[in-house]
Parts: sequence; structure tokens; C-alpha cells
Amino acid sequence: MEKSGFSPVGLRVLVVDDDPTWLKILEKMLKKCSYEVTTCGLAREALRLLRERKDGYDIVISDVNMPDMDGFKLLEHVGLELDLPVIMMSVDGETSRVMKGVQHGACDYLLKPIRMKELKIIWQHVLRKKLQEVRDIEGCGYEGGGDWITRYDEAHFLGGGEDVSFGKKRKDFDFEKKLLQDESDPSSSSSKKARVVWSFELHQKFVNAVNQIGCDHKAGPKKILDLMNVPWLTRENVASHLQKYRLYLSRLEKGKELKCYSGGVKNMDSSPKDVEVNSGYQSPGKSSYVFSGGNSLIQKVTEIDPTPLASASLSDPNTDVIMPPKTKKTRIGFDPPISSSSAFDSLLPWNDVPETLESKPVLYENSFLHQQPLPSQSSYVANSAPSLMEEEMKPLYETPAGGSSVNADEFLMPQDKNPTETLQDLDPSAISNMKLQEFSSNVTNNTEAILRSLNWELPESHHSASLDTDLDLSWLQGEHFLANTGLQFQDYSSSPSLLSELPHHLWYGNERLPDPDEYSFMVDQGLFIS
Amino acid sequence: MLGLGVDRLQADINRLLASLFHQGVLDEQFLQLQQLQDETSPNFVYDVINIYFDESEKLLRNLRLLLMDREFSDYKKIGLHLNQLVGSSSSIGARRVRNVCVAFRSASELSNRPGCLRGLEVVEHEYHYLKNMMHELFQLEQQRILAAGVRYPM
Repeated sequence: MEKSGFSPVGLRVLVVDDDPTWLKILEKMLKKCSYEVTTCGLAREALRLLRERKDGYDIVISDVNMPDMDGFKLLEHVGLELDLPVIMMSVDGETSRVMKGVQHGACDYLLKPIRMKELKIIWQHVLRKKLQEVRDIEGCGYEGGGDWITRYDEAHFLGGGEDVSFGKKRKDFDFEKKLLQDESDPSSSSSKKARVVWSFELHQKFVNAVNQIGCDHKAGPKKILDLMNVPWLTRENVASHLQKYRLYLSRLEKGKELKCYSGGVKNMDSSPKDVEVNSGYQSPGKSSYVFSGGNSLIQKVTEIDPTPLASASLSDPNTDVIMPPKTKKTRIGFDPPISSSSAFDSLLPWNDVPETLESKPVLYENSFLHQQPLPSQSSYVANSAPSLMEEEMKPLYETPAGGSSVNADEFLMPQDKNPTETLQDLDPSAISNMKLQEFSSNVTNNTEAILRSLNWELPESHHSASLDTDLDLSWLQGEHFLANTGLQFQDYSSSPSLLSELPHHLWYGNERLPDPDEYSFMVDQGLFIS
Repeated sequence: MLGLGVDRLQADINRLLASLFHQGVLDEQFLQLQQLQDETSPNFVYDVINIYFDESEKLLRNLRLLLMDREFSDYKKIGLHLNQLVGSSSSIGARRVRNVCVAFRSASELSNRPGCLRGLEVVEHEYHYLKNMMHELFQLEQQRILAAGVRYPM
């Protein structure tokens, strides 16, 4: 049986960038990916185009620094109004910027210069979003061992029989629905295949029930089930969901212990920055507790107006900040304290033994009640309540997808040095790079383990190999653009001998005179050749 | 003979490129640009680089105007311009220009006026060096195409 799935061909991309050089380059790159490209130099223009043809684009890629409108604002608009996946781009890989992007709903954050590899896989964001939409629609349609993870759907969808391309949107939806229905077995509640989709509302009921019961030791699945009053839900569903919930909470506890990490992140613990970050939100001021330390977290919770916040991402303080900050850190490749690498291991969900919870009903409210995963939020953030596992996974996955290690050190260092320095010189002087090495191996292994345990088949298996390569190379060498060309491009500047490592056809050097045959070969390889 | 003309030109092109890579003037991103060029856009590299030149010169002019102003104080604006320069320089693989822009940017972040003036000079210098090199490259390429065309008369 032929394996086919979404064909990314014809994906309609809108590129927004005020830099005409980049616009031209990106246009060409995207066209090479067989996408349908529209370019735009202004954010307002982009919005106009999008609004004009509501169904006219599949995905938006935008630079963060736009002259007429803040890129993050554009991101919000697109996400909310049009419910399209948005990818942010920037030369600036500063942690705070990336986080801001994520919080505003970006489904990825690419660092310039952007590689073909990163553009080739953007269709996955579109696919993911579509599947989530279908899942939201199909919300209560299934029974089974409640599992928040719905990657299963993706894997099955991608293995589906039809070749679906982006042109036929309506048909896609119907096809997906059909597939998902076929795969589930509503009659068997203990079947491993069918799953309860823990939508936000459902989870909300769950949390309310748990809180009502109060002390967790008494919160048994039966009681919770009774309180929830959801007729089609079984005790087993609740039980497994409860188990996962406890896991999550226990991880939160561990996360708070590692405050040195989250407190140490320079952009996360200063309140002026909080305000700055939060000002872009629709729910003013409520989320200011997010980046504070553990205690103030709980204190401020009580001040919170229980009406759900509009921005899911930020209102998910524990999940986003304390738990996956580690994952985000690894994604960013910043200076993590050494201890956090072990902390990261402790976050691996599948290996954890569920611990008994300390009673922290307030925390529950904090993290779950105030989430409002808007359907319009991009896939990265949506369903944040039910998909905590997903959240953790997604950053990890999207690191390789994003590809570029957002390593600010890389930008800072070369300034002071002779630009013709080799990488070998840069590395020893960058302690952070050593930490990155440590981290990268951790993350690579963990990413794979997590993805495998989620039974998540990456649509193209070779991606994961190359993704790991990207991770390793980019972090080890501290220069992200080197990773994917296979050229193992070294800094030419100071060691002529490095040229000898180049593939033969790129040998420009004056060390030898190529003979005429080689010339035509080189000509064909196209230096400037038309 | 005509055949040798092409070969020699090709060798010159290769030598020039190698030297630019050696010096760190260009980096791997430039190779990416070349790889993007194909039959559907045969002058891609040339076009992109020219767009880059136009934009960069505008930015450099603005920077100079800003800094020459006695009452200048808007370092933030300098930072913005520099961000753009960094961005576009990285797009074509103009590694050295990019690096000196980053250095310039640090000076502007410290509101260090003499530092900025120095920074601007360095950037202008690097930029013009790059531009000259690119022109030479394009010229060689043009000649090579011509020579190749003559070599295979139809």
C-alpha cells in the first residue's frame, strides 16, 4: 500500500518582510518548495490581503520587525481573525523575543538566515492545525482510555490512502473526519485505539470536580466522574486522565524547585519586562504573575478574575514557564545551569512514576482554569489545557523544525574578535557552547524518546535524522547556518587547508588548475551560470 | 584562443570567490544564493545582490545623515537601521559587513557617539569593499558568458 499523505505542493504562503532582499530570497526558496508564494512588504498590506481573501492562504510567514506594525501584533491579528498558522522570522534570536513570539501564538520562530530545510517542512504546521480543528469539531465523539495526546490522529492520517493537496480545502476536512471516524471504535470503551478527546470544556469540568473534592487524596475517579456529570464518560477515562493530571502537577513541583533556572533566565524574572510582554495581551494585567517566583505565583492567583483569559499561552503560566522553559531553553540553546539538564530528565513524562500530590487546588486554577485555547490560536498554543504533554513535546519538536539554534552568543561574540576567526577559536571561549553540547545530546535523545513514546511518526522519517543533525551541529558549532548543507562548511578565513575538506566541485582554489573537463563540470554546477 | 579565454575567466572567478571566502567577506549563505539560481531565474544572484546594494546604500546614507547631525540623539533609530542592515547582509552572505554592523550596533546601544562614528566608517569601508568585489565578479561572469557564447558558435 502506498504511503501518502498531505502533499505540500501548492501550499499558499504569504511572506511578509520589510527587507526586499529577504523577500526576494524567500520567494525563490518557497517556490523551490513548490509552494504558491505571495510577498508583501508591509504588515498592513498583508492584513489587507488576508482579509480580502479569507480562504486564500494556508500559512503566513512574517518578520518580527516590521516598520508599520509590530510583527507580534500582526501575528495576533492573523491568529485571532483568520486562524492561520503563523511563522515568525528574525535575525534576532533573543530568548525574550522568541518567547514573545510563542506567546503570541506563533507556531514557529525561524532565525535568519533561513535554510531551505526549514521552509520545506512548514506544511506540517498547516496540517497540524487542520487536524486540531477537526478534533475540536469531533470533540466528544469518542470513547476510550482518555489520552490527551492526539498525535495518533496525525500519524494515522498521514498513513491514509488518499493523496490530498492543499487546493481542496473542503474535501480535506471531510476526508480527515472520515479517517478519524474509521479509526476509532466507539463501541469498546477499553479499546486502546479509541480515545477520549479531552477538550478544554471537558477538562474544565474535570478540574472543577477535583477542586470541589478538595484534598486530592480523596479525589477518586468515581467521585470526580459523578461531579462532572458527563454521561458518556467512563470511570476509566477519568482515572487515566487523573493520573496524567497528577503527573503534570508533580512536574510542576519539580519545576518550581528549579527556580534557579527559571529565575535565572534574564528575561523572565524582571517585572518591567513582564509588563512589556503582557501589554500585548487582551487580558490586561492578569498574567503578570507568570514570571514571578513560586510564592508570588500562588499569592497572585487569588487576585485573578476567574473569567478566562483570552490569551491561552501566557495564561498557562506553569506549563509554559516552569515546565517547558527547560524545553524552551534547550530549544534556544541558551546558557542553562548545569543542573537543569537533570531537571529536564525529570520532566520526561513517560518515565515518571506518579507521585501523590500535595494539595494545591490553587495551583490547579492557575494552570488550567485560566487557559482558553482559542481555536484561533496557532497549533503551538492551542489545546494547551488538554495537551500538556503536547506542549512539552511541541517545543522540542519544533526546535528541530525551526532548526536554527537561537543562540544570541553567536551574535555577540564575533564582534570583539577578528571576523576571520575559525569556529575552533570561538568555541573554547564560549563556555555556553560547552553547555550547549551537553544539552544538545540530552535534547536529541529526549526528543526522540518522547516522540517515539508518543507514537508520533514524523511524516518523513528522514527528517528526524536530519533534524538531529541540525541540532547537534548547530549547537555544537554555535553557528546555525552551517548545519544542513552537508558541506560541513568551515570558516574559510584563516585556514586554507580547510578548503581541502570541501566537496570537489566547490573547489575554487588556486592550488591547482582544473583541466577543461572539470571546468565544464564546474560551469554546470553553476557559479553564476544561467 | 577562445577556449582558453573561457577557462581563464572561469579560473579568475574561482580565485576571486575563493579569496572572498578566505577573507570571510562572504559566507555559506552566498552559496545558498547560487544554488537558488536556476533556469527559471537565471539572473537571480545578480538581482538579489543589486536589491541589497540599493537598500544598503539607502540605509548607510541615513545613518550618515543621522550621525552627522550635531544634535543627534536618536540612537534607537540607528539601532533600527542597523538591524535592517544586519538582516539583509546576512541574507546574501555578506559576513564581514554583517559583523561590523553588529559591532556598530553595540556602540549605538551604549549611546557612544564617537564609537558610532567609527562604526559607521568601518561599515562603509567594508560595504564598499564588498561592492567592488561583487562588481568585479559580475564583470568576470559577463565576460565568461560572452566568451563561452563565442566559443560555441551556432
